[in-house]
Amino acid sequence: MPKPELAPSFPRVHRIGDRLFAMGIWGIAISIVAWFAWFLIDICVQGIPLFSWEFLTEAPRNAGRAGGIGSILVSTLLILAVCLSVSVPLGLGTAILLSEYSARNHRFGRMVRRSLDILAGVPSIVFGMFGNALFCMYLGMGFSILSGGLTLACMVLPILIRSTEEGFRSVPNEYRLAAAATGMSRSATLTKLLIPAAVPGLTVGLVLGIGRALAETAALIFTSGYVDRMPESLLDSGRALSVHIFDLSMNVAGGDRQAYASAAVLVGLLLVINGIASLFANRWLGKKILRQ
Amino acid sequence: MFQSRTDSILSWILRGCAMTSGAIVVLIFGFMLIESWPAIHQIGWLRFLSDSAWNPTAQEPGQFNMLPMIVASILVSIGAITLATPLGIGSAIFVQYYSPRLVGGIYRNIIELMAGVPSVVYGLWGLVVLVPIIASWHPPGPSLLAGILILAMMILPTIALMTMAAFQNVPADYIRASAALGLSRTRTILSVVLPAAKSGLFTAVLIAMGRALGETMAVLMVTGNVVQLPSKMFDPVRTLTANMAMEMAYAMDVHRSSLFVSGLLLMGTVVGLVLTAELLSRRSRHAET
Amino acid sequence: MSRQTQKWQTQPKGAAVLCFVACMLIFCSCSQVSSHRPQRIVITGSSTVAPLVAEIGKRFEQLHPNVRIDVQTGGSSRGIADVRRGIADVGMVSREIAPQEIDGEVFSIALDGVGLITHRDNPLSELSQEQIVAIFSGQVRNWKEVGGFDGELVVVNKAAGRSTLDVFLQFFKLAPEQIRSDIVIGDNEQGIKTVAGNRNAIGYVSVGSAEHDIGLGVKIKLLPLNGVDPSAANIRNQSYGLARPLNLITRKSPHSLVREFIEFAQSSQVEAIVKEQNFVSIAD
Repeated sequence: MPKPELAPSFPRVHRIGDRLFAMGIWGIAISIVAWFAWFLIDICVQGIPLFSWEFLTEAPRNAGRAGGIGSILVSTLLILAVCLSVSVPLGLGTAILLSEYSARNHRFGRMVRRSLDILAGVPSIVFGMFGNALFCMYLGMGFSILSGGLTLACMVLPILIRSTEEGFRSVPNEYRLAAAATGMSRSATLTKLLIPAAVPGLTVGLVLGIGRALAETAALIFTSGYVDRMPESLLDSGRALSVHIFDLSMNVAGGDRQAYASAAVLVGLLLVINGIASLFANRWLGKKILRQ
Repeated sequence: MFQSRTDSILSWILRGCAMTSGAIVVLIFGFMLIESWPAIHQIGWLRFLSDSAWNPTAQEPGQFNMLPMIVASILVSIGAITLATPLGIGSAIFVQYYSPRLVGGIYRNIIELMAGVPSVVYGLWGLVVLVPIIASWHPPGPSLLAGILILAMMILPTIALMTMAAFQNVPADYIRASAALGLSRTRTILSVVLPAAKSGLFTAVLIAMGRALGETMAVLMVTGNVVQLPSKMFDPVRTLTANMAMEMAYAMDVHRSSLFVSGLLLMGTVVGLVLTAELLSRRSRHAET
Repeated sequence: MSRQTQKWQTQPKGAAVLCFVACMLIFCSCSQVSSHRPQRIVITGSSTVAPLVAEIGKRFEQLHPNVRIDVQTGGSSRGIADVRRGIADVGMVSREIAPQEIDGEVFSIALDGVGLITHRDNPLSELSQEQIVAIFSGQVRNWKEVGGFDGELVVVNKAAGRSTLDVFLQFFKLAPEQIRSDIVIGDNEQGIKTVAGNRNAIGYVSVGSAEHDIGLGVKIKLLPLNGVDPSAANIRNQSYGLARPLNLITRKSPHSLVREFIEFAQSSQVEAIVKEQNFVSIAD
């Protein structure tokens, strides 16, 4: 959080340098907002006219030039669901182990942490190649929502773990000592105190991870594929929204408007998820801690 | 020490989670090594830098010079970093020390939204809006410059958000002390906050550099994809990642394997960056305590 | 660390986590062996053909409710490679291909021209074959030299592995390394967008895509070749030479369902779909 209470305590010296610096900072902020607004308005102006309930629910027709993005939304959400249902438990478990059950400098913990740092830096195209070879070919899942989701799970895992761990670390050690002193069991400390306290961290991780997963194209082209039919099982190939945008804009003549509309939907989806996440985090956190 | 059975199960599960998470990167590395081995074995490291061109599908023996693409990847990333770093740090300073509370919150949300916009959308916008502008200014349009601008826009949020986090870790006492000494806000930021957050800033830049190197789709759409050493900002280039995305789908045998070599190369570079970042932040953590 | 020596007492979380992991494992292994799934035809290859085959596939699925047609793209070479490796049942190849080349069977489903495109504001309305060769091989660097306005030429070329490139090279008898390109593109639309955004550009793309976009007001125009317009009629009667068949390939003696699908894709039932995707039908 910003520290606004500190701002007024600065002496009010208005030298020319200070003015210039302040103007520079405001200038940067305004120009970034302006640039992003240009970008966003461009997309919305082109995409919004197409926007309707039908667009969100209908299946694409005529190679995506007509119809909607219903089946694509479903595929995207399924990929996301697979990704999260694997990465969240795994990430939470790892974060608990790293921050609560092993000493900071323990060798095992250090190794895991190091390998996660590296994983965070692996380019998405490499994930795509890896997922294609491991999940699609070696494990025989083919081009499928399952392959895509699992590949994405590998990708968002470091983000999730790092921010959840950060959340655990932000819980003051006094809490743990106090809990131990009052005779709370370890699991109770974990479920009643530490996990609720770490929820904001987990939420930040979730928002970042979902953002990364929804935005991913390169890794999904090689794993979840290109089929735009309504998926019937997790082993069906399903086209994700970002892949759809890529195909419409790069391969389908006259697909631009649909591409922009899909992009607008994707950005809207992100806004909604961010909003829900922060709302949920505040609510849940407030209640849980107060009840203790 | 007594432990109930379920307790030990829980502990083993947690350990299993950590093991799995840690093993993924080993798996990826091993797999990349296996896949790229034929090319390393048959072509040898040197020819990736010394062949006359990148022409892997030509009749035997094919040419595998990756140097122009390596240079392109590095140039695009460095350009984007040079552009995005001042803007990102400026944004963080704005949110933390200049903006009214409400504006700062909104600004932060905007930056977070920027972080979530898919690279394809940036690429599409770059191709339709940015590239024609550059083309009318100095043809051909798709160029190193276009790649730098789009990438800068994409890594800006990473730098800004991580810098904000670094600023929050600057002890409030430092700032109070600085204010008490009668330093202006500008002085405080430049001489107290920035030095104190130095390692955080470095980490942010290195992580962003890693993301820039690994970015694929947006770059593919705007840089023109000609395999050549650029001589000016307006020359089209092809990055390693764009090359992989373009050729992976159909490459066979040694060609495919050589693409994995470029993947390995990319991964190695990124790993180097990440480890440097980690080292820096650890050293500063030691210095603090 | 004192924390590590504490006693563990209640463990609902542990059980929950265990259950979840177990469920995931069961779920993963189950979905791999489930048997009563619909029959599936996997088709990969040319991105030019993919939208057409995907639409044909949808129609075929309507007629055969228990069949699923999965179409993946990536370029003609991928189609050939995947059929060879046995990953795909059918490959899509957007150029002439001999059955011997793939050791399998080849079926044409439609025709497509490759058209040269420039920006709409480019005053030049025709180029001779020699001029095109000169432009793409880099002997000419300014539009002035081929009778146009004074401006640097921007040559838009297709990436290696794309059939459009092969068709183009073959027609103009150029070798890949002779081409001097300023921009390399992958799919058709990327080429059209690049040329539409650049007054100095010249490129070549699928005629169908170009015509569709021109109809929508995109700022490009198609150039005639040796005085012949790249129209559907001219492509069908072969007076427009820069054209290619869109093929489906399979290994020798394909599965009966695959054969049925290919027969459907060649039949007159799909004529409307072929037109809708801006290709030239061969059914008549």
